Amino acid sequence: MSATEIHDPNRRDFLYIATGMAGVVGAGAVAWPFIDQMRPDASTLALASVEVDVSSLQPGSSLIVKWRGKPVVVRNRTEKEMKDGEAVSLNDLKDPIARNANLASDAPATDANRTTPGKEAWMVMVQVCTHLGCIPLGQEGDFGGWFCPCHGSQYDTAGRIRKGPAPENMAIPVYQFISDTKIRIG
Amino acid sequence: MSEGHSTYTPKTGIERWFDARMPLPRLIYDSFVAYPVPRNLNYMWTFGGILSIMLTAQILTGIVLAMHYTSDTNLAFDSVEKIMRDVNSGWLLRYLHSNGASFFFVAVYIHIFRGLFYGSYKAPRELLWILGCIIYLLMMATGFMGYVLPWGQMSFWGATVITGFFSAIPLVGNWIQELLLGGFAVDNPTLNRFFALHYLLPFMIAGVVVLHIWALHVVGQSNPTGIEVKSKTDTVAFTPYATIKDAFGMIVFLFIFAYFVFYLPNYLGHPDNYTVANPLKTPAHIVPEWYFLPFYAILRAITFNIGPINSKLGGVLCMFGAIAMLFLVPWLDTSKVRSAVYRPWYKLFFWLFVADAILLGWLGSQPAEGSYVFMAQMATLFYFAFFLVVMPVLGLIETPRRLPNSITEAVLEKKNKGAGGHPAGAVSAPETKG
Repeated sequence: MSATEIHDPNRRDFLYIATGMAGVVGAGAVAWPFIDQMRPDASTLALASVEVDVSSLQPGSSLIVKWRGKPVVVRNRTEKEMKDGEAVSLNDLKDPIARNANLASDAPATDANRTTPGKEAWMVMVQVCTHLGCIPLGQEGDFGGWFCPCHGSQYDTAGRIRKGPAPENMAIPVYQFISDTKIRIG
Repeated sequence: MSEGHSTYTPKTGIERWFDARMPLPRLIYDSFVAYPVPRNLNYMWTFGGILSIMLTAQILTGIVLAMHYTSDTNLAFDSVEKIMRDVNSGWLLRYLHSNGASFFFVAVYIHIFRGLFYGSYKAPRELLWILGCIIYLLMMATGFMGYVLPWGQMSFWGATVITGFFSAIPLVGNWIQELLLGGFAVDNPTLNRFFALHYLLPFMIAGVVVLHIWALHVVGQSNPTGIEVKSKTDTVAFTPYATIKDAFGMIVFLFIFAYFVFYLPNYLGHPDNYTVANPLKTPAHIVPEWYFLPFYAILRAITFNIGPINSKLGGVLCMFGAIAMLFLVPWLDTSKVRSAVYRPWYKLFFWLFVADAILLGWLGSQPAEGSYVFMAQMATLFYFAFFLVVMPVLGLIETPRRLPNSITEAVLEKKNKGAGGHPAGAVSAPETKG
């Protein structure tokens, strides 16, 4: 049979296309579980919310709790630290978005938007540098907020990036005050 | 194989029996005994063999270490200490493996610089070069994941920083990062998958090495003059000439390796990795293994936004771009002359590039502050300029020195100049790189 001969589709043509289609769909269907298993599993995803007692935190001090494998800082800011945060103009910020999971995703990064109404002294924040994931040191740096020792990012007292390679303000997780001295994170 | 015909003649009955069924002895004879190699190869050409030895050694020590190691975040650090203290000869096997990784990279860097100096990547060896680049990439992935396994502070924070690169990718970055980590931070799922992949990748390297050697045996080896083999007098047989030279190079290399294993076993490591990983505390100064330092310096050099690309993505792109440059070298170099021996300007820039790479490595080990940042930015600029400006432009404007007509002519010229101190046919006269 010549290769150029034109003929009506026969059984072999049908089987060729049908096998090919089944092969492609099958390969895709089998590939997905191999990728899917890499994603965070159910135990990791289980929304482990943490409750923190903050009654012992004096102004100027902070504590760290572990939430979803990451450190979350709770910092009771002093009057001066709050004033420093409020005095910053939005134009001076490298990242003007609040990055607060409790607010709309485009809320501006004012000092008030980085905290919770009525509890402006309290910063609750995932203390992970937005550059490459190091843990910044608290109460340090040029702005009195946080300083990342890895690549030199500087954050102010509201956890907003002011200097260095980090692109974003540190993230604020979903949290609420369930009493005056207790915070639920997550 | 490049000769296109086999000179193997089976002598015994069993050889004839095999040759008619599966001619493996013929393949070995043609590849490692009769295979013609250029007669002027210097010791820079022994690193291919040295790398094969190192890969084999890493796989062997790795397999036995895996028999004693536990990839669970609660047990990993202690299981490594158990290997060091309790397992018979465990300390030796672990030091061989950890220093072996470093010496594997020492050899691969010399091998790559050899290729850059003598223009080994030029047609028809582009594919051979690219296969080598793929091996290098796989080596980096393997080395990185292996460093995570002891679950020390540097393991943990190195893994955090390096997987953090992927979060720089717009839109899908976080999804990819979570896919790699199996969670929101480096944790038990991360350690487990890194162990599985660290065991897999060396065998993938071995597979690409087979392709690398296959491609090498099709096009033949390059040589210090960069002139192709033209006649039989340009070559000598692989055995005994290259065999003994490779073996001697290997032994010298292994002596230096052994010195580190026995006398400086932790010199190339970091003391912080003898502290168990703590997700709540970052070490004061995160540094990767020494063989990643030049790229780490490039990553940190980008502290400014480039148009719509923020500094973080810019740093990651430059770091990967620095490796991507190697893949493009066969097409970036426009010179018709292969070897830097006959290219005075390229030779100068080559050594400046070597100095630049070492400078970047040193800067990568320093904190990213003050004048170090500026120096790293300048060194990064030169790194890219070498590939993107010097290589293409130099090939067009440089006047190369006169090339000898053949390898034989080059060898005889050299011999006459050197007052003929060597016996005729001595191919293993150590050549200087110049």
